[in-house]
Amino acid sequence: MKLAVQVNEGPYQHQASDSAYHFTKAALEKGHEVFRVFFYHDGVLNGTRLTTPPQDDRNIVNRWVELAEKHDLDLVLCVAAAQRRGIVDDGEAERNGKDATNIAPKFRISGLGQLIEAAIQCDRLVVFGD
Amino acid sequence: MADLYTVNKSPFEKNSLADAIKFSTDGAAILLIEDGVYGATKGTAVESLVTGASGKKFYALKADVKARGIAEDRLIDGVELVDYAGFVDLVEATDKVQAWL
Repeated sequence: MKLAVQVNEGPYQHQASDSAYHFTKAALEKGHEVFRVFFYHDGVLNGTRLTTPPQDDRNIVNRWVELAEKHDLDLVLCVAAAQRRGIVDDGEAERNGKDATNIAPKFRISGLGQLIEAAIQCDRLVVFGD
Repeated sequence: MADLYTVNKSPFEKNSLADAIKFSTDGAAILLIEDGVYGATKGTAVESLVTGASGKKFYALKADVKARGIAEDRLIDGVELVDYAGFVDLVEATDKVQAWL
């Protein structure tokens, strides 16, 4: 089965990031294809590499990065949501004249078309968050 | 199989469980996740939402039930516990997935 996952909530605020991560991991372990994980609204905060939780807490951002490295996942942040919340990659820094970037490795910033494409391409779209 | 509905909010907080039951078609699977698992507990004021629903099959995510300290013997009879792998299997077994908000 080919799956797309959508995450609408920020980490540490709502359980959606955790639920989506565990679901995605379980799907990959069962041998399913996860075509894309799309982060929308506050979900884009899953993609900042500056996150530094206490050492005895889970690192939600790094956990996505590690899963993506292992399974070559496509982690996409919605560009308009990212701009509003200050999630910046090289292209956005250049375009908007910012002095730094903070996007985590394996994440990329792109448009809502990526969500629609994933919904069309995949057998199922599973949404997490409110 | 019909569709899979996920419900992530407690029935004491939102009407999403009641709405999912009302609008889902016969044969639907309703999976309670996150705070939604409170809807699967016995002896509450909203128990009849689940016990009175006919033609639906209810599931609750085991990790979320455990995380909230709900003992398995406090679950309404007929609610099936699934782990994340079981969640994936439900997604595969049904025609589509609707997160009911």
